[in-house]
Amino acid sequence: MMEEVKEVTSILSVHGQNVKVTEVLKDGDTLTFLIVSQKLSGTGEYHVDRTYDDFEWLQQHLFSQDDEPGIQGVIFPPLPAKAQVNASAKVVKQLGFLALGEWQPYCKALEIFLRQIATHSILSRNKAVEIFLTSSEPPGRQRVRKNIFNRLSQAVEGMRKEGHKDVDEFFQTERDHNLVLTGYTKTAAERFLDVVLTEQKIAVACGHFSAALRLCVEAGEDPDKQAFSKACVKLSELFESMKKNITSVAENNVNTLGLGLDLESRYQEAEKEMLFRRTCKLVELETARRNAERAKPVKKAAMEEVKKATETEFKHICGVAKQEISRFQGARVEMLQQALVQWCEKQLLTARQNADQFNQHLQVFRGMA
Amino acid sequence: MAASSDRNPPPFPATEEPGAGLSDMADGDSDEGEDIFVSHSDPVAVSRGVSQPDRASEAAPDLFGEEEASSTLAKSNGVHSDDDNDLFSEANMEPSPDKPSSSDRKELPTSSGPCSPSSFTQGPAAMQPTSLEQLEEDEAKDSFDVDVAVTNPEKVGDGMNAYVAYKVSTRTSLPMFRSKAFTTRRRYSDFLGLYEKLSVKQSLLGCIIPPPPEKSVVGMTKVKVGMDDPSSVEFVERRRAALERYLQRIVAHPLLLQDPDVREFLEREDLPRAVNTQALSGAGFLKMINKASDAVNKMTIKMNESDTWFEDKFQEVENEEQQLRKLHAVVDSLVNHRKELCGNTAVFAKSMAMLGNSEDNTALSRALSQLAEVEDKMEQLHQEQAASDFFIFEEMLADYIRLLGAMRGCFDQRMRAWQRWQEAQGTLQKKREAEAKLLWANKPDKLQQAKEDITEWESRVTQYERDFDRIGMTVRKEVLRFEKEKAKDFKSQIIKYLEAMLQSQQRLIKFWEAFLPEAKAIA
Repeated sequence: MMEEVKEVTSILSVHGQNVKVTEVLKDGDTLTFLIVSQKLSGTGEYHVDRTYDDFEWLQQHLFSQDDEPGIQGVIFPPLPAKAQVNASAKVVKQLGFLALGEWQPYCKALEIFLRQIATHSILSRNKAVEIFLTSSEPPGRQRVRKNIFNRLSQAVEGMRKEGHKDVDEFFQTERDHNLVLTGYTKTAAERFLDVVLTEQKIAVACGHFSAALRLCVEAGEDPDKQAFSKACVKLSELFESMKKNITSVAENNVNTLGLGLDLESRYQEAEKEMLFRRTCKLVELETARRNAERAKPVKKAAMEEVKKATETEFKHICGVAKQEISRFQGARVEMLQQALVQWCEKQLLTARQNADQFNQHLQVFRGMA
Repeated sequence: MAASSDRNPPPFPATEEPGAGLSDMADGDSDEGEDIFVSHSDPVAVSRGVSQPDRASEAAPDLFGEEEASSTLAKSNGVHSDDDNDLFSEANMEPSPDKPSSSDRKELPTSSGPCSPSSFTQGPAAMQPTSLEQLEEDEAKDSFDVDVAVTNPEKVGDGMNAYVAYKVSTRTSLPMFRSKAFTTRRRYSDFLGLYEKLSVKQSLLGCIIPPPPEKSVVGMTKVKVGMDDPSSVEFVERRRAALERYLQRIVAHPLLLQDPDVREFLEREDLPRAVNTQALSGAGFLKMINKASDAVNKMTIKMNESDTWFEDKFQEVENEEQQLRKLHAVVDSLVNHRKELCGNTAVFAKSMAMLGNSEDNTALSRALSQLAEVEDKMEQLHQEQAASDFFIFEEMLADYIRLLGAMRGCFDQRMRAWQRWQEAQGTLQKKREAEAKLLWANKPDKLQQAKEDITEWESRVTQYERDFDRIGMTVRKEVLRFEKEKAKDFKSQIIKYLEAMLQSQQRLIKFWEAFLPEAKAIA
């Protein structure tokens, strides 16, 4: 049983950039993830196992770093939705690409999540990160106190504040741009998922055709019957290899571009949330200023205090936000580039292999009597 | 293109000694068997795995010689003459019951696959199906001297009376046609009309008449309204291709090619409108076949098969039809998924284009736009693949399902012929009994009539028995021809498919190779 985690910062004792989620184990309905981190000093490793609840624990701790100035300006690395064994249709839809491929893409997404946190200048100093990655005991499951990032309240106020005009052109542009990109990225990810799901259906149909052809083989010595049967067998083999090929194509799609679009989509959402927090703070500031102006002499001093505090908070948030945005823009381009290059290279390899297969089959058929 | 000048003289019976053992030697790989005959037949035949006429040894040499001399003559009547058929009957009594298929195969006239208009030449003697040996000889060249194509569908007229006219082009070197190349325009009901005429005549003889594509009220109504939307275009293309295969199968059939109706269909400027084609809607066609089956099932006298060949084959045909239906359904599902993939890919491409346009980073924006273009090209590939799946496999399977149905019809025709024969025998028996009664009752005046009746029915019985034997023989021939065609057809379609797939795949490789530098250029 863990002691209450104090919000004390520390230096992370592992290499943040190569944290690995190496395996996922099914234990009844729960999924357990094995996480390996390299020690900073020496050659040791930490091996820990964590469930989704542990990830949420980590995230909650990161959200509740109240004493960190400008923490609201941080773009928090997005945690994927909860994965479940025998997930409902709704959950599957929500997870999108991450629900495919026997949880391999999901593990990759968790890995990226941890890496982003562990290499973040502010977030990595949170002790919860150290505990999460190194402690052999699972982190405590106590409910962390309610934090400022309660999404429900955001949703309610969102309608009013989201469109609030900005005082800073840089941020106004960023907000507008983000709005557009978030929508398009989400759409693109959903449509790519449709492509992959249809490819899987084609693979299944190829398998059925292959199986049905094997049933057409006829016994008998008649040369024409033998010729026909042989053709059926060879065609069955061809469609079996076509099934493998399109399964590969679909897998490549999921593991590279699919994952990339999913990540980009969730990251854009994370930026959106950060910008919204800042906008809320802006609204709060403008309100405080108005209150200070209109306050009766009795309340005036108190209102001025509030105004000054809010101004400072806002300034910190803007400062952090600018840094985060710049870092974010660089990171996302790099991530997308990697995804696109890997996608292209894998599909190229698969296509070449497939062409070879077709060629071989063609030679076989041409050589048949 | 006349092959007669190139033709090697058919081997004299003496020199042709392969014996029944040859087909065993061929061992499923007919090329092996062919090599021995390479000196006798056109090299083209070697690759086609054609059977060799070793039955020639049983034929009377003078008939053989006679056939050869008259080989260049055009015979307009495609129907067998009785004399020749008697010869066949004798020749065919010999196949040993335990190996009917292999020995029958040797009598089989073959022709090239119907799917691709081939430019092989067919010896003029193909016009004389009366000589089976001759047929084998010329089929041994495996040449095919009639090419037909159905192209250029055009809408004629307006509104609900509109119809689609197709251009039917024929290229031939057969003297029985008026010229070497000619075209005419035909509409769908003309094709149906041809089928009806052929069915009436030829199925009585046990031929498998290739069925035309089914009617489609829905499809045609769409076309009547407008030929521009994709589903109409697809419908017309599908029908055009099916009509082409239909005609190619007909002209590939040595007996049907002889039929004057076929020639008229190909040559004549204006064809009288075909009526009574209502019976030949998709459902109507099947009904026709099933009606024949029902009639057979209602037969009171059960047929006693002299050899089990027909029973076995019928069972095989039924099984095969089931299997092909299953295959057809699976391919249909595959085609639908491919079409779905086309749609998904197109939509995805658009969404990537939008994303690319909104992207600030120039290199990334460019790469995303390129990605959208690659996906567009891939949509094109998926379309082509869906079409390949459809036209190469699905339609071929549908054709063969229809052909198997037609084959079942042939078996039924044979049963009916048997029935007629049996009934005639029954009637003859009654007439004889009547005569006996008259003799007993001593009524000389009616006796004469009775005797005349008996004579009449005796000749009928003989005729019907002959018909039955003939039809049985034709059915056997047709079945074996069908199996040969099927194996060839299947194989050549698969090769076509693979070639198309390989081409697609190579284009895909080029797309990826072009995209890779764009993706790398981003950072």
